[in-house]
Amino acid sequence: MGGVWEPDILSSSTLKIKGFIFIMRIYISLLVLVAAISAATLFMAEDAPALVTPAAENSSALEMPTEVHAFELANGMKIRVIENHRAPVVVSQVWYNVGGSFEHSGITGVSHVLEHMMFKGTPSYPAGKFSEIVAANGGKDNAFTSKDYTAYFQQIASDKLEICLTMEADRMRNLLLNEADFLKEVEVVKEERRLRTDDKPTALLYERFNAMAYANGPYQQPIIGWMEDLDSMTIEDLSRWYKYWYAPNNATLVVVGDVDADAVHELAREHFGALAAIELPMIKPRQEVEQHGVKRLTMQLPAEVPTLIMGYKVPVLISAEAPDEAYALEVLAALLDGGESARLSRNLVRGQQLATSASAGYSLYSRHESLLTFSAIPVKGVDIARLEAAIIKEIEAIKKTPPEQKEMDRVIAQVLASSVYEQDSSFYRAMQVGILETLGLGWQVKDEYIENIRAVTAEQVQQVARKYLLDKRLTVAVLDPLSLEAATVNGSVPTGERHAN
Amino acid sequence: MQIEAMQIKAIQIKAMKNKFISLSASLMFGLAILVSGSALAVPEIQHWQSDNGARVMYVPVEGLPMLDVRVVFDAGSARDGELSGLAALTNGLLAEGAGGLSAQTLAERFESVGAQLENDSLRDMAYVGVRSLTDKAYLDQALATLSAVVAKPDFKPQAFARELARMKVALTAKKQSPSAIADEAFYQALYRDHPYAQPPGGTEASLARLNLAAIKAFYQQYYVAKNALIVMVGAIDRARAEAIANNLSQQLPSGEQAAPLPAVKPLAESRLVQIQYPSKQVHIYMGQPGVKRGDEDYFSLYVANHTLGGSGFASRLVETIREKHGLAYSVYSYFLPMREAGPFMMGMQTRADQAEQAVTLLQSELEKYLEEGPDEDELADAVSNIVGSFPLNLDGNNKLLGYLTMIGFYDLSKDYLNTFVERVKSVSQDDAAAAMASRIDADKMVTVIVGDIAAGESAAAATAADSKGSSPRE
Repeated sequence: MGGVWEPDILSSSTLKIKGFIFIMRIYISLLVLVAAISAATLFMAEDAPALVTPAAENSSALEMPTEVHAFELANGMKIRVIENHRAPVVVSQVWYNVGGSFEHSGITGVSHVLEHMMFKGTPSYPAGKFSEIVAANGGKDNAFTSKDYTAYFQQIASDKLEICLTMEADRMRNLLLNEADFLKEVEVVKEERRLRTDDKPTALLYERFNAMAYANGPYQQPIIGWMEDLDSMTIEDLSRWYKYWYAPNNATLVVVGDVDADAVHELAREHFGALAAIELPMIKPRQEVEQHGVKRLTMQLPAEVPTLIMGYKVPVLISAEAPDEAYALEVLAALLDGGESARLSRNLVRGQQLATSASAGYSLYSRHESLLTFSAIPVKGVDIARLEAAIIKEIEAIKKTPPEQKEMDRVIAQVLASSVYEQDSSFYRAMQVGILETLGLGWQVKDEYIENIRAVTAEQVQQVARKYLLDKRLTVAVLDPLSLEAATVNGSVPTGERHAN
Repeated sequence: MQIEAMQIKAIQIKAMKNKFISLSASLMFGLAILVSGSALAVPEIQHWQSDNGARVMYVPVEGLPMLDVRVVFDAGSARDGELSGLAALTNGLLAEGAGGLSAQTLAERFESVGAQLENDSLRDMAYVGVRSLTDKAYLDQALATLSAVVAKPDFKPQAFARELARMKVALTAKKQSPSAIADEAFYQALYRDHPYAQPPGGTEASLARLNLAAIKAFYQQYYVAKNALIVMVGAIDRARAEAIANNLSQQLPSGEQAAPLPAVKPLAESRLVQIQYPSKQVHIYMGQPGVKRGDEDYFSLYVANHTLGGSGFASRLVETIREKHGLAYSVYSYFLPMREAGPFMMGMQTRADQAEQAVTLLQSELEKYLEEGPDEDELADAVSNIVGSFPLNLDGNNKLLGYLTMIGFYDLSKDYLNTFVERVKSVSQDDAAAAMASRIDADKMVTVIVGDIAAGESAAAATAADSKGSSPRE
């Protein structure tokens, strides 16, 4: 059904984006905002890090802590509610603590295929019925799978919430998993893979970049799965995966909207309360082994535009020896690429004019150690190696000289402003809570975010750059285009019939 | 759902700031999803004209200390004339130096107060705007900077050269995207000598001819008060809104409204465009010129299309193509009303050897639907979904901003939001069927197929010969 969240950081469209890769205004979809905080997102999002400041003294007035009502059911299911009475609507999301990074090799993509199959019916609600009922009630529903989580959501009039909870509880334990449905659906997923990855040179590059960057860590696997694994996937793989992970003690319900928190708790107890907790599988740590030097990959693909991706292995909030390192990395990424005034745009796009676009990305919310990435497309005629050297030079500059106060202030201003803007979207707020709860960090981390960013000093930024942005943590992938010209024959055939055939 | 799925795709391609091809996306998602609700407080749109002739639309929204301001001009690529790409580059240069301030300084002035600049150029409209906190010090700085960007762009040669080079790379990048190739071919086949035919991002030939003099002339003609719409949504009062609108428009010369665009001529015959491309999937677009924004049949068509391919899993196309045959991840249809007749389109992607089957299915689904229209249940489901989900389309400032832009730019009735539910509810089964049948001619369709057509045909033939193919396509 829904999509895989794997950032196609460098798709061809990135180019046209100038510096505003993160400004997501055209597609009014909430999901767009959501991508901003997806742990899978390489880019720093519009709403993530950024700067601030003239009125720093009264800026604390802008910090509006989110009132999250937290409940636990006896079976271990977590319920999180934010009341928001701006409009008579609600967002309901059920989060499962399972995703691409839980899979072992050979079954990659199983979390995502299962997400598709979750719409294929239960004894009470046959295939398609779930969405049909939601639609008939004026709602929208979908789902998404990421590295670290799988989530199902509805957006609907707030008085229809119970319908959604009833059906979510039902499919948590009673999924049919019919083989004929699976055989058709896995073909749909293969089409999705062709669409998202195989036919997009930059997406393919990013997939293989990840596969190389991680030697043994699970982020080496594509969320959508290797085509070979999709080809050999069976209904038994899905049944097993469903039984392992789909249970109340592995789930979080997040509701944001025009509701009463206690009433939601009551509804949740009524519908999910009777489901039995299960014993969850032990999952191996798969801690990434140490890297000892730069890893390099060149991919020659039918394409037109050369592309560069670089990534340094860095800690995330969960894995950081000191959590402030994760916040310092967040600021570092924002200094480099938190807008048009940030260093990459200033120096590489406008100053030296080496890059058509250049971005840096880091997300501190993920289950495993992750990457601080750079991606760039050279100006025509500029050698990729020269672009890489220019990015390294930006990194070295920060190692050498701590960032200016003006830049640090800009980041804080952007963070503060974003904390206001993001409240324009209930979906986004639900996402934040869902991610933090599923990772086990807890929703409170969101409220501490501004404070933690504010606490980062210029010296700390310099220190994390010195400590982590090293050759022995670096992976570089380059797309070296094989021109398409020869392969493409442009033919246009007017015809009186509708089809040639 | 399908629409959602497409939105996810949208995220992935990070096309948000895609200045050159996002027309359809913005209108389709921002506006076509519009629908109406019940016990909902629909905002009253306030509107007036600024002192020197700019139209203003405003909705006050309390609660969050933020404001969106957007200045929209009838200055999209439909105004490009012989220089395709002109509108996009003009818009893209606004923030690359203005009022004597460098691009770097402008960006710092926005970003140091957490303000977010937005600008884009589509086929009909071009706009520039800002999202800012309403704290006075912050907002004043953001608005003053916006004002310079809108009214005093410097158009320096160096910025021109740099941005033009970036447009050329963007154009090159399109060649590695089968969907972008299909999109361009589709518009060309649909609109031939109409301005909508030209790609907003330009062509190699047109970019080679772009020059600063043309940019400046374009700007002077179209970025004027009488050709402008100012849209505001956020936590300010009416007096402040009026002052902001006046300040912004005063910087602009009064000028003249853009002349009407030529009407779109209907297709005389069907046309098949096949483009060989080495991709795993073929991208299939089928359609013809549809309707203008404000067309009297719009609501009937909107409801009718909801059932055909506009409502994701509740639609016939998804049911047939994806659920029954497993042929595609994404399949949809939409009307994209524009100033002049925007496209009606059905689209999907599938493995190359399934292309023929897919095209046949799309065509037969359309013909069947034109013949019979929605059945009673389908119509009722479509109306209840559209009506029921209307509140979801109004629950954020960003969404209201999209509505106001559409209503203002296309000069729709100011009670559009207030009457939407009633108008949707009033669509009968006959209305929906009659509107589709009278507005869509299945015998005059453009079909664009981009992909590895040659390989697909031979593979399809091989599969047909060996009917025991392992893949469960039926």
